[in-house]
Amino acid sequence: MRYEKIKLVDENGLRIDGRKPDQLRPVKMEVSVLKNADGSAYVEQGNTRVLAAVYGPREVHPKHLTLPDRAILRTRYHMVPYSTDERKSPAPTRREIELSKVIREALESVIFVELYPRTTIDVFIEVIQADAGTRTAGLMAASLALADAGIPMKDLIAAVAIGKVDGTLVLDINQVEDEYGEADMPIAMMPSLGEIVLLQLNGVLSEEEFYEALKLAQKGIAQLYEFEKQALMKKYVEVKVEEV
Amino acid sequence: MPILVQHRQIVLPGQLLAEGKDVEVKAQHTIYRIGDKYYSSVIGLTDVQNGKRLSVIALEGFYFPKVDDIVIGMIIDTGLTSWTVDIRSPYLAILHASDVLSKPFNPLKDNLRKHLDIGDLVLAKIIQFDRTRSPVLTVKGKGLGKITKGVIVEIIPSRVPRVIGRKGSMINMVKEETKCQITIGLNGRIWIIGPTLTHEEVAILAIKKIERETHISGLTDRVKAFIREELKKRGLAK
Amino acid sequence: MSMTPSNQRIVSKLKRSSIVSLIKKGLRVDGRKLDEYREITVIPNYISKAEGSAYAKIGGTLVIAGLKVGVGTPYPDMPNSGVITVNAEFVPFASPTFEPGPPDENAIELARVIDRSIRELHVIDLEKLAVVPGEKVYILWLDIYVFDHDGNLLDTSMLAAITTLLSARIPKAVVKENGRIVELDKEVREPLPIMNKVVTVSVGKVNDKFIVDPNIDEEQVLDCRLAVSLSEDGKIAGMQKMGSGTFTTEEVIEAVKLAKKASKTLFSKINEALKKIEEQ
Repeated sequence: MRYEKIKLVDENGLRIDGRKPDQLRPVKMEVSVLKNADGSAYVEQGNTRVLAAVYGPREVHPKHLTLPDRAILRTRYHMVPYSTDERKSPAPTRREIELSKVIREALESVIFVELYPRTTIDVFIEVIQADAGTRTAGLMAASLALADAGIPMKDLIAAVAIGKVDGTLVLDINQVEDEYGEADMPIAMMPSLGEIVLLQLNGVLSEEEFYEALKLAQKGIAQLYEFEKQALMKKYVEVKVEEV
Repeated sequence: MPILVQHRQIVLPGQLLAEGKDVEVKAQHTIYRIGDKYYSSVIGLTDVQNGKRLSVIALEGFYFPKVDDIVIGMIIDTGLTSWTVDIRSPYLAILHASDVLSKPFNPLKDNLRKHLDIGDLVLAKIIQFDRTRSPVLTVKGKGLGKITKGVIVEIIPSRVPRVIGRKGSMINMVKEETKCQITIGLNGRIWIIGPTLTHEEVAILAIKKIERETHISGLTDRVKAFIREELKKRGLAK
Repeated sequence: MSMTPSNQRIVSKLKRSSIVSLIKKGLRVDGRKLDEYREITVIPNYISKAEGSAYAKIGGTLVIAGLKVGVGTPYPDMPNSGVITVNAEFVPFASPTFEPGPPDENAIELARVIDRSIRELHVIDLEKLAVVPGEKVYILWLDIYVFDHDGNLLDTSMLAAITTLLSARIPKAVVKENGRIVELDKEVREPLPIMNKVVTVSVGKVNDKFIVDPNIDEEQVLDCRLAVSLSEDGKIAGMQKMGSGTFTTEEVIEAVKLAKKASKTLFSKINEALKKIEEQ
């Protein structure tokens, strides 16, 4: 199918960016990065950069969109035009519509929506630089932003994409691995509870490979969860006591 | 040990707080339970009493209305017979015209905006709220009504309890030290009237400091020293 | 923007609890076993105007897919490959909750899940669909229409889609004037270059139980579901968790095993239907 075949895993078992198969890209996370939003976060994984903002719970107009027994969730996953190699039209693509849906469903399983009937919780994710793993980075940013907004939730969401490249399962794929690899499996979990909130597979895996991929994902998710917790704690640890 | 966290520890959503049957957990939205495991649902500060009573106070978040709460609201819209009031909560509140006007009220002749206009602030009490309908306010009662002087400072609503302190200890100290009248809206709006603008300024700084350092212990003494120092800087104390 | 749906049909609490308690006991409201499909009907070549088509019915869910074929220029990054486009439409009369308008997030998700499974498993050898490599290639439009919604739209849609591809007879491309003009000769038909077969099995989770092929009432009580696309030799060719509940890793593994088992039913229905038309 693909004409310029790139070697994605070298003879030493290292990946195109020098990582080991089970190694994450460098991670940066920060919360409360925006002034206006009720909660916000920034997540960077390798060259992927994502901003997320949360508003609410707040009243919805028109009112008939609300539900009498719970808050509704409105979610937009969006890539800005300059985030990709070729300019992406700002209008929502079919891909963005689908991802907004699976991200919304993932968030719905985490938030205690029943506490706030007749309201909406709005979650916005803007991918400002795309280098694979944008939905998983976006979900992490969204979960940090929700926590930052003080919205009661079961757990944070940690998420990562597993890939199969040159027959090897690898953790946290980058863009080249995504484009030329054989499979891409994004997965998101509530790590404390061991519950999967998002799972997709784009590509072909044998049953055994799938079980291996699940294990590899859990390893990455455990590490990402620690980064998330550190990012949240940092906000409080960095408040210096002003001694007089 | 059934309780797995320390007193006054910062906890995060999904964090396991306690396990077992003999844990007393204050029922609220900041803690949830699966089987006999208790988890935090927010970024919060723990409160552990006698090694078995556990609660979590949220460090972030919005105000959730409760009947009898005193709040400071801002008029954002007027209808024919009521005002819509922003109380910094997920729900907009309603103030009925009949609550404000003493004489019989004719919606055809009377214009509500003459009484309370958009942008006006009111100190009000929540008299009705059950989640199925908007909270209803009253301004009838001692001290309640339109706010016409002083300054308002806004803080994160979940940090109001810290500003009040145990049995009002914190806020009483701030009032005494700054010589300001301070009225706390539980929705995180605080109304300050001082002898001078400078006194008010110091009170604002003190409240902001409490908000910022909510989770760091020894706060009362630190704030007291802070106020004295700030007043001294401004020549208001020796 | 994706929004929590507020126009869902309401199933009475009584019905919900009877569905749930039956499933708990390993039973279903319509008498099926937990891993059993409803009645399946597959009719290939249902629409004679289309180059390929299929009528697929699972229980009361009715989907008709059709393939139209043209010639066009390839994508610049795949100059030697034919092009396939999958689109799904939920027509308004198929359910009281469907609205007229462009495909919503559910229709888009369904089409994309099907598209990915077909593409990733190389169901069609797209390189064989290059007529003049780099210049002219076959363009395939696979349109999936849902006409009646009685639950499990995805499995039914995939069934219609794959049967359409397997039974299609596309017109032969005739190259004229040194490759500058390509015409389709409708009199000469040939099958698509098929390399693999794929089906999708949706496994629903109800508390700690799993069911295949949820009907429309059962869909209302599911915690969530996992759609698993499978090749005939049991490879996983795509997955999508749908709905807002959660799975543990053990549950996901169980769901995949169940899907693999149930996929055999779908493959045998497809093979049966194809055999029937070959005999004609």
